[in-house]
Amino acid sequence: MLKIFAAFVKKEVFHILRDTRTLIILFGMPIALVLIFGYTITNEFKGASMAVYDEAKDELSQDLIAHITASGHFELITLSENIEALDAAFKAGDAKIGLVIPAGFEQDFYKEKQTALQLITDATEPNYAATLTNYASQMIRAFQQEKGEVADMPYQIDLEMRMFYNPKLVGAYTFVPGVVALILMLICAMMTSLTIAKEKEMGTMDLLLASPLPPILIILGKVTPYSILSFLSALVVFAMGYFIFEVPILGSLPLLLGLCLLYLFVALALGVLISTKAQSQQTAMIISMFALMLPTMLLSGFIFPIESMPEILQFITKIIPAKYFIIIEKAIMLKGAGLESIWQQTLVLMLMVFVLLMAAWKNFKVIYK
Amino acid sequence: MQTAIKTESLTKTFGEFTAVNAITFEVKEGEIFGFLGANGAGKTTAIKMLIGLSRPTSGEAKVAGFDVYKEAELIKQNIGYMSQKFSLYEDLTVYQNIRFYGGIYGLKRKQIKEKSAQIIETLGLTEQAHKVVGSLPQGWKQRLAFAISGVHDPKIIFMDEPTGGVDPATRRQFWEMIYQTANNGTTIFVTTHYMDEAEYCNRISIMVDGRIDAMGTPRDLKTQFEAESMDEVFVKLVRGK
Amino acid sequence: MASIQVDQISKSFGNVQAVNAVSFAVEKGELFGLIGPDGAGKTTLFKMLTSLLIPDSGEAWVEGYHTVKDFKKIRRIIGYMPGKFSLYQDLTVAENLDFFATIFGTTIQENYHLIEDIYVQIEPFRKRRAGKLSGGMKQKLALCCALIHEPKVLFLDEPTTGVDAVSRAEFWEMLGRLKEKGITILVSTPYMDEATLCERIALIQGGNILQIDTPDHITSNYGKPLYAVRSDEFYRLLNELRDQAFALRVEPFGEYLHLTTNDAVSEQDVRDFLQANAHQNIELKPVPASVEDVFLDLM
Repeated sequence: MLKIFAAFVKKEVFHILRDTRTLIILFGMPIALVLIFGYTITNEFKGASMAVYDEAKDELSQDLIAHITASGHFELITLSENIEALDAAFKAGDAKIGLVIPAGFEQDFYKEKQTALQLITDATEPNYAATLTNYASQMIRAFQQEKGEVADMPYQIDLEMRMFYNPKLVGAYTFVPGVVALILMLICAMMTSLTIAKEKEMGTMDLLLASPLPPILIILGKVTPYSILSFLSALVVFAMGYFIFEVPILGSLPLLLGLCLLYLFVALALGVLISTKAQSQQTAMIISMFALMLPTMLLSGFIFPIESMPEILQFITKIIPAKYFIIIEKAIMLKGAGLESIWQQTLVLMLMVFVLLMAAWKNFKVIYK
Repeated sequence: MQTAIKTESLTKTFGEFTAVNAITFEVKEGEIFGFLGANGAGKTTAIKMLIGLSRPTSGEAKVAGFDVYKEAELIKQNIGYMSQKFSLYEDLTVYQNIRFYGGIYGLKRKQIKEKSAQIIETLGLTEQAHKVVGSLPQGWKQRLAFAISGVHDPKIIFMDEPTGGVDPATRRQFWEMIYQTANNGTTIFVTTHYMDEAEYCNRISIMVDGRIDAMGTPRDLKTQFEAESMDEVFVKLVRGK
Repeated sequence: MASIQVDQISKSFGNVQAVNAVSFAVEKGELFGLIGPDGAGKTTLFKMLTSLLIPDSGEAWVEGYHTVKDFKKIRRIIGYMPGKFSLYQDLTVAENLDFFATIFGTTIQENYHLIEDIYVQIEPFRKRRAGKLSGGMKQKLALCCALIHEPKVLFLDEPTTGVDAVSRAEFWEMLGRLKEKGITILVSTPYMDEATLCERIALIQGGNILQIDTPDHITSNYGKPLYAVRSDEFYRLLNELRDQAFALRVEPFGEYLHLTTNDAVSEQDVRDFLQANAHQNIELKPVPASVEDVFLDLM
């Protein structure tokens, strides 16, 4: 039996090695994705134009303005004389972010009374606006600490939790876990469904079925090489994140990789399930694209925060495996969390593997009706 | 009788490889000419040159009176082509398919209308005219595809393995349609590697390794090779080398 | 006990009745042909007999094993060559053969005697990828793969379709030799002329079996006068004969027309008719019916 399995894996390896397209998807795509997300679609920015309306005009307010503009991330374009002027700067499109410092800022600050700063952004580009406010408020917080005071400063802006774990607001921190989730899903599920669909298309599946091979061996033989390769692919992404973009792995590496494997099984089961339904590679490809790739990118919290989705979409995200895996990854990598804080997500993934495998098994036809 | 196709030492080489090696033949107007050969014998390359899709390396060829070097576009306008896969749009109706191909060949609206009516009537497809082609039986699709390949009244119709695999009755209906078309003066150029299809042609040439090794009526060839069928002729020709 | 026993087997897909209450039996060691055009139901029948497809009704047994209940046992003893070339195109000849040997738990060496005379022909190309082989070579490789585990019954679904005449002839010679080794062979083909190469044949059309017998019996039972006829004006000849009351059937058969007449007319009557219609270079001769004549008559 082991010999047959080995022969199967060997054949699969030949297929992979002889098909440059597969090789590109396996290793080219992860690298390309990491580089694209890392360098192009970055959350970082330089020289965002900033308008300030400084009502206070005291020493501390001058310091604050200097502190914010010194980083080079914000460029002070105008000191408005009144709120209307600030408004005008926005309307003209000159300013991307506005800061209003109320009168008596220094006095309020040092007397530990409540101070209130106002950050205004041009929300026609919501993502950019959110990034700017995040960044600005982070700098204000730093300024506060620098001044040696722990004053309560209620901002107009809500800070997102993840900011605590991403103090430099580096984009790589969010995209590396996302890319790993995407790649494992794509390679495992898509390649598995494609390769099984190909056997059907070429008619070789009939030959395999008409042989004494147990069906489980057919499936295992097909998925094993792809799971190993996609796991390697995930390692490459983690390594690139760690060495190129300095994404830390604070928690346990074995735990991270172990749960990576669990997620990989979800993807494999999905792939097998798709292939039981798809009779051609083209169908398998389209199903994988729409049922796996797009939801994994859009509904997992990878690109768009789940909290800001409409409720119905938030509800749908509950069945997206990548959502749970991204939470797990972030918890382990960025917070250094252990299993105790992510056991729920782990459980959900385990349940998914079970259900999907049962469904795939039920649908895998040894004899056609 | 006029000449529909005439080639003189037509040759095509790809680097070191000679795909078509100095073939010379003539096809008369209204003739059903079978162009035979095994896979890879050079049939496809030869046809591509004849229909103006590929430039010969050397030699001469005139198709429908036009030179393959200088008048490729005119050749394309004067020939029809029917492939093995029938090239009909399965999700369009019979009528839409005719109209589409009529449009491609630049027929005027009025001509298309006349032609559609004529084709639909000849094929007895009146009731099916507005049904999608995909729902028609194989034999009808085949005859429709043939009729459409002649929608612009071409001088020559090229056919690629037209009747492989269909049942004997359908095949005969199809050949009768071909006979009828040829009888009206259209030249039919059939490529195939099905030897039994070849028996239905007026004259055949057999290509082996880029050359035409035998040419004549099926009967002449069978006499020449002392064979009972074209199948046997082919086997003897290939094995005899 | 027959090697293949088929009893009233039916299968439909949607509105299409692919196989309609088909019954036949193939004896051990027999070379049995299923003759019919595309869409006749040959492939569906093959899939049911190779245990890949469950019949809607009816039953079948291969070497005594039930195709549904004992499907695992059937899969051990049959060799199957699907109609479409179904080997791994990106694997070499040797890799394909090796793979199929292994999944059947055997090796090329163990059963080399079975495939030897076929394999020697493709051996020179053993390092070539299957996808790059010619039609005839592919077919030989597929046969090797189907034989490598020494099957008791061989199912060959249109093995000669799309293959040149030389390879077809060679293939049938190979089947003859395999038959001598005692393997039961069920082969399907759309080529009527291949029917005579089988011991017994079933003519199949539209999911129904039209007739089952030896090729000789089938053709000798045609029962009506049959002539091959030709003249210079072939198309006119065809149309004129069609209009005659004495002509039961007029079909183009290559360069001749096959004319089936009723018993009331003689050869001379036909000849007189042709001459009366001013045909030139008339040829008229009685011919024995071919399987294709019978098929056309039964359809």
